[in-house]
Amino acid sequence: MTLSHDVLIVGGGGAGLRAAIAVAEDDARLSVAIVSKVYPMRSHTVSAEGGAAAVIRPDDSLDEHAYDTISGGDWLCAQDAVEVFVKEAPGELLRLEHWGCPWSREPDGRVAVRPFGGMKKMRTWYAADRTGFHLLHTLFQTALQYERIARYDEWYVMKLLVDDGRVVGVVAVELMSGRIEAITAKAVILCTGGCGQIYPFTTNAAIKTGDGLGLAYRAGAPLKDMEFVQYHPTGLPFTGILVTEAARAEGGWLINKDGYRYLQDYDLGTPSPKPVLRSMELGPRDRLSQAFVKEIEKGRTLDTPYGPVVHLDLRHLGETVIDARLPFVRELCRSYENIDPVHELIPVRPVVHYMMGGVHTDIHGATPLEGLFAAGEAACVSINGANRLGSNSLPELLVFGARAGRAAASFASGAQGGTAVRPAVQAQVEDERRRLERDLFHRDGKEPISAIREEMRATMEEGAGIYRSGDSLAKAADRLSVLQERFRSARLEDRSRTFNTELLAALELSFMLDVAEIIVHCALLREESRGAHQRVDFPARDDHRFLANSLVHRDADGSQRVEYPPVTITRWPPGERVYGR
Amino acid sequence: MTDRITLRVTRYRPESETEPTAQEYEIPLRKEWAILDGLNHIKDHLDGTLSYRWSCRMGVCGSCGMTVNGEPKLTCATFLEDYAPGPIRVEPLSNFPVVRDLVVDIGDFMRKLPQIKPWLIRSEQEPPAENEYPQLPAEREEYERFSMCINCMLCYAACPVYGLDQEFLGPAAIALAQRYNLDSRDQGASERMDVLSAAEGIWACTFVGECSAVCPKDVDPAGAIQRYKFTAAMESLKTLLLPRGAR
Repeated sequence: MTLSHDVLIVGGGGAGLRAAIAVAEDDARLSVAIVSKVYPMRSHTVSAEGGAAAVIRPDDSLDEHAYDTISGGDWLCAQDAVEVFVKEAPGELLRLEHWGCPWSREPDGRVAVRPFGGMKKMRTWYAADRTGFHLLHTLFQTALQYERIARYDEWYVMKLLVDDGRVVGVVAVELMSGRIEAITAKAVILCTGGCGQIYPFTTNAAIKTGDGLGLAYRAGAPLKDMEFVQYHPTGLPFTGILVTEAARAEGGWLINKDGYRYLQDYDLGTPSPKPVLRSMELGPRDRLSQAFVKEIEKGRTLDTPYGPVVHLDLRHLGETVIDARLPFVRELCRSYENIDPVHELIPVRPVVHYMMGGVHTDIHGATPLEGLFAAGEAACVSINGANRLGSNSLPELLVFGARAGRAAASFASGAQGGTAVRPAVQAQVEDERRRLERDLFHRDGKEPISAIREEMRATMEEGAGIYRSGDSLAKAADRLSVLQERFRSARLEDRSRTFNTELLAALELSFMLDVAEIIVHCALLREESRGAHQRVDFPARDDHRFLANSLVHRDADGSQRVEYPPVTITRWPPGERVYGR
Repeated sequence: MTDRITLRVTRYRPESETEPTAQEYEIPLRKEWAILDGLNHIKDHLDGTLSYRWSCRMGVCGSCGMTVNGEPKLTCATFLEDYAPGPIRVEPLSNFPVVRDLVVDIGDFMRKLPQIKPWLIRSEQEPPAENEYPQLPAEREEYERFSMCINCMLCYAACPVYGLDQEFLGPAAIALAQRYNLDSRDQGASERMDVLSAAEGIWACTFVGECSAVCPKDVDPAGAIQRYKFTAAMESLKTLLLPRGAR
């Protein structure tokens, strides 16, 4: 059996669904399919809470959104990409509205906006504090009306097929049956999200294992800016469940064990009762997470069985505001912490949230590898630079999901030849089948994969956390290479073909180990501090050496080669990041 | 010494078993652990062959629905402590074919979804280029509740009608149709009517109300169905009263 499409999208979250609709709208003759390891409406976009930024108010401007984004990203953003992004974001959010997204409204019926961290104007659209959930379900339901969008639900992509320097499809396993098939395509778009699961404490869902990053890298596409890992300042202890930044945008305060709004000690402004844009609790995520570490060092955090915490105080907002604007926060706190934020303080600590880095693409979502495109968190255009601003990721996956869809459609329409499988490609498929049979199904190894996974996570937190050093990173690199070795002799107990989640976990871990090594390697080489990448041994930003993106390639011998092409600067020369003054 | 609790988990491996069996695992009883944390402990430390679905573990992706002591639950939001001293029975969701262990086949629901046209339908060709469709907060509130469904399938597992007749459209699908019917921006209610008013649509529901009782998101599918029954009755009454050939 040959499964074949013009455009194949890997991942059915926000970016993947938006790309699929773009392909379907672009050219009715094209066959398009989404292959996803979960049903699309289970994708992690569903967990996004706070909102989606796009300029719609008369007192706002595209340039201001661009400046906030670029300064928020500590000048590592590709400014041409940011200009495209802020320009197209309003149209994309409006399109979601026309598709039925239940955006929250002003009393007069217009779409409402709220403040958000690092944003100088109110431009964050929201659907209460379930924005990602509504956005994903709207996209999924809208996509259902296109019968031409085929779906491979609960299929896992193991490998990209490359023929003569061009991506021509994937090898995937259907979880339900265990069968392994090639799905050929003229263009492939990776929309697989990030990789928070390589860290022990993350807001990211279990499915976020960096599959697309690993797939692209192994196939020869470079990854970009992988050392930039965002810690969100407010996660619930133990679970890592996100308490949205909207909680602070609506007026919540961060206080230490003395009840003191400690952010005032970190050049983030002076406290005022009402939220002030680009100040204090509405500063950028990197700076807030770093301030937390400094509070630990000063002994001003509270100890819990799950590490030190500070408190998020929403009590002064009152029940009416909390229920109208932050109902999900209240629900999550009640369910998972057994506290009610209307009356009690919420314990929070920084938690791994987002990968600024990803598969290197141009502003059309195209990677340097012919036939391969990427969008969303899996990609790095980069509009996020060294630190993403809250509420930029949802519009990003729409703008660049749509762009990648259109670019892939146009590439597929013009592509020469059919999608017949050439013998060289068929051999790759057989290799993958054998890899599963020999390496995974019939393996009596020493230790379970969960032990290796746990150690990888601890290694990343210790070595490549909020603050890193040459020393901590070198140690992490050593431990990871031992873990790679141990993984090759790990044990798999489950020999069933039917919904084998242990096999799935092994395939995911294999990608995660590769991605972890890349993060550590890139972090070691970047000898400066910028945005979310803070080196205690190189505490200053170094524009002379590192006003450049890290581009990591896999060489033929499997080693990592990093290049530093200069950042694209259009209109905003590098400057100081100023918050609260 | 940590307290411990026993999970009695349904196992079913179609390649080697003809019938599901139960397997007991003793796990630590920790205050903050959900049932799902218990399953993950088993998977990581006791038995790597146990299969189940999960992802967000914050009650919004809808993956981890299972039957806990006979009731359909999201296992990420159901806590071990509430069932102490145990044992706790963890079984796959009822009313669905079991694929393996705790994994059920929800393909039937996925095939029904497009039938109710869960997308915004408008009569005009193009939406306004520069503007949103206006919607007052009160108009949004009208359908908001029905827009909260996470497709976790607990309502299908609880529904006695669906248990007897798999052709029944079911609670979540009908609630979703109503989510669009009641949206002030939507003009597609008449297009959804045939499917909803068919014998396997709303009229199959005997209003047991179990769907609303088990819903973790307070969507109230039973209310959606009752409300649509009234709408449909009024529509058919109108049809009877209208003069023939007036179209």
